[in-house]
Amino acid sequence: MDFQLTDDQRALRTGVRELLERCFPRTRLRAMVDMADGDGAERGAGLDRALWRGLGAAGLFALRVPESAGGVGLGLPEAVLAFEEAGRALLPGPLVATELTAGLSVPGALAAGEWAADAVRGEAVVTALDEGDALDERDAPVKEDALVEHLASADAVLVLGPTAVEVIAAEAVARSAEPIRSVDPATPLHRTAPYRTARCRTAQRRTAPERARPPVVPPGASEALGLAARLRREAALLTAAQQLGSACRTVELAVDHAKRRTQFGRPIGAFQAVQHLCAQMLVRAESARSVVYAAAVTEDPGDIAAAKLLADEAAVRNARDCLQVHGGMGFTWEADVHLHLKRAWVRAGQWQSAAAAEEELAAGLLSTVETCL
Amino acid sequence: MDLAFTQDEEDFRRRLRAWLADTLPKLPDRPHPADWPGRRAYDCGWQRMLHDAGYAGLHWPEDAGGQGATPTQHLIFLEETERAGAPYVGAGFVGLLHAGPTIAAEGTPEQRARWLPPILRGDEVWCQGFSEPDAGSDLASLRTRAVRDGDAYVVSGSKIWTSHAEIADWCELLVRTAPVNADTPKHRGISWLAMPMDAPGVTVRPLRTLAGTAEFAEVFLDEVRVPVTHRVGEENDGWRVTMVTLSFERGTAFVGEVVACRRVLEALARTAKANGRWDDAVLRRRLGRLAAECAALWRLTQWNVSEAQRTGGVPGVGGSVFKLRFSQVRQELYDAAAEVLGADALDAGQEWVADRLSSLSYTIAAGTSQIQRNIVAERILGLPKGR
Repeated sequence: MDFQLTDDQRALRTGVRELLERCFPRTRLRAMVDMADGDGAERGAGLDRALWRGLGAAGLFALRVPESAGGVGLGLPEAVLAFEEAGRALLPGPLVATELTAGLSVPGALAAGEWAADAVRGEAVVTALDEGDALDERDAPVKEDALVEHLASADAVLVLGPTAVEVIAAEAVARSAEPIRSVDPATPLHRTAPYRTARCRTAQRRTAPERARPPVVPPGASEALGLAARLRREAALLTAAQQLGSACRTVELAVDHAKRRTQFGRPIGAFQAVQHLCAQMLVRAESARSVVYAAAVTEDPGDIAAAKLLADEAAVRNARDCLQVHGGMGFTWEADVHLHLKRAWVRAGQWQSAAAAEEELAAGLLSTVETCL
Repeated sequence: MDLAFTQDEEDFRRRLRAWLADTLPKLPDRPHPADWPGRRAYDCGWQRMLHDAGYAGLHWPEDAGGQGATPTQHLIFLEETERAGAPYVGAGFVGLLHAGPTIAAEGTPEQRARWLPPILRGDEVWCQGFSEPDAGSDLASLRTRAVRDGDAYVVSGSKIWTSHAEIADWCELLVRTAPVNADTPKHRGISWLAMPMDAPGVTVRPLRTLAGTAEFAEVFLDEVRVPVTHRVGEENDGWRVTMVTLSFERGTAFVGEVVACRRVLEALARTAKANGRWDDAVLRRRLGRLAAECAALWRLTQWNVSEAQRTGGVPGVGGSVFKLRFSQVRQELYDAAAEVLGADALDAGQEWVADRLSSLSYTIAAGTSQIQRNIVAERILGLPKGR
């Protein structure tokens, strides 16, 4: 057993960090946030296509795609490390959905993968609609509504239904979706209604609009069940990885501030009350890290549920503590703290919620035959 | 990142499992917690069995009489013994996990030959004379004085919270050998001594814990003569000697208890299912969250152990992170248990109630949570020193 990062993994993480510092520096984040700070229906900045293509060219979406399909051929742990960096940098966009869709580009494995091939290169922006894995008695998704990020900028939507995995043109979902004023200025959100979405999708297939491409896996296909479950788990884990990156970044922001800011003639970091806030932030981040990394290795559903739960908590609570350490400055638009907190809230609502993760973990306690720590 | 075990590690686990399955049924009944001589005999008997089977001092270096096992093998050992319900290290705790490794790392060949074999065989029991009434977590403020008189130190003062003092043969004793003054920091004048507990002038007075049991004691030292040859490390260098081994304590000392946490949690879930409390979604989710915490504690342990393995033995600062989280989770676990068990929560005759009470010490012992947070803030995060 060697749970430490390999040299290659460390190099990858450093490489991604440097790439993001170059192509998405803080000035760009702030410019984007300020642009989005208007009002109107399309609140939230459009996605920067050049940035997206740059990320694609650098291989961010292709890390897990086999080399034979034009990818980098690495595994989930590497993707997790890259997404941790993305979370650290508050990189905007439907990163998880595009990465998952790129992973569907394996030749021959699926019916069609044109969106997937485009996703690999960063040519397509693919967002996601998670309809949940529960069906009602009419075989319709139980989930009342779902939020879709960056829908207006997206080319396609990865739809994970209870029994189907589809990648469909974004317009099909957009027709039945309504924009909301997203709490995160860098993550525009649309609210969808599943029944309407389902009808739109059926209509789309019947009329086969020119720009629509065939779904990756037709609804109802038996293999889709397993695929949907796997994609949901990976989505939760990659989202957790971003939360981890954000949680670690807010520790740094808090510590930097606590070292620089003086009050009563001393740096506030010398006050035990501030020290203990910072220490608890690190404990949260490191606890989350241990289980996020382990889940990346084991791909075990229980590990992933624990990872999402603790990473969500670390990102949200750390951002709040970071805000507290910043005092009045933390409550301003100029400090980045609120951006971490708002993004953490958005991610906490995506994929596996705290309630769902806790229920899954609780069920695991009863199903354990032998202690499987 | 690789959580798979090597063939060697798997073989080690298999052999250990087989030995445990064969050996544990032969153990005598556990003595009553208040029966100190009985507990000593039981714990030392178990240590002797481990010794004879080649598992004594597993993680100690071979030249100290240990098995030279890797940190991962040690982790497997702690995991498997806990899972099998084997006895806890008990009375051997200080000797095997602290005093022994300290002597192995810093002792002379004569000192190693005198003290290490009896620890490994379960012949001699050690206790820890670190804390003092006026110096708890502020260990360096200790006042017990040792004055050189010929070939001996004359020691006077008192120690407190000394676990196993009543049944110990030796005490790893921190004493002040140089006075505190403005020029030298207070931790610079401390020395590490091995003191025989039967020496004239040593008085042990048991303290009753809030659990009603006598787990630790006050030790009064009245002009106790300790030979200079019993000093491990240089005079006035005892602080560094101690720090070498304190990090071990925080690294793997709680592995068995993390495994136990998961076992308790599963038992709670089954109990809740049986008594109907499982239908309470709030309680159910609380248990689910604790499962996540247990998973994180286990992964943190694996992380710390593999870091120790890579850096050559001493666990890193991750120990403080682990201890903070562990001590909190352990208490939350028993709070949840109280809710699952209802009226039984007030029945002090129940074994888990005793466990609940003893878990209250976890945020205090081996450095309070507040001190651990100071360590994390100042040593890991590099925040300016507080006052």
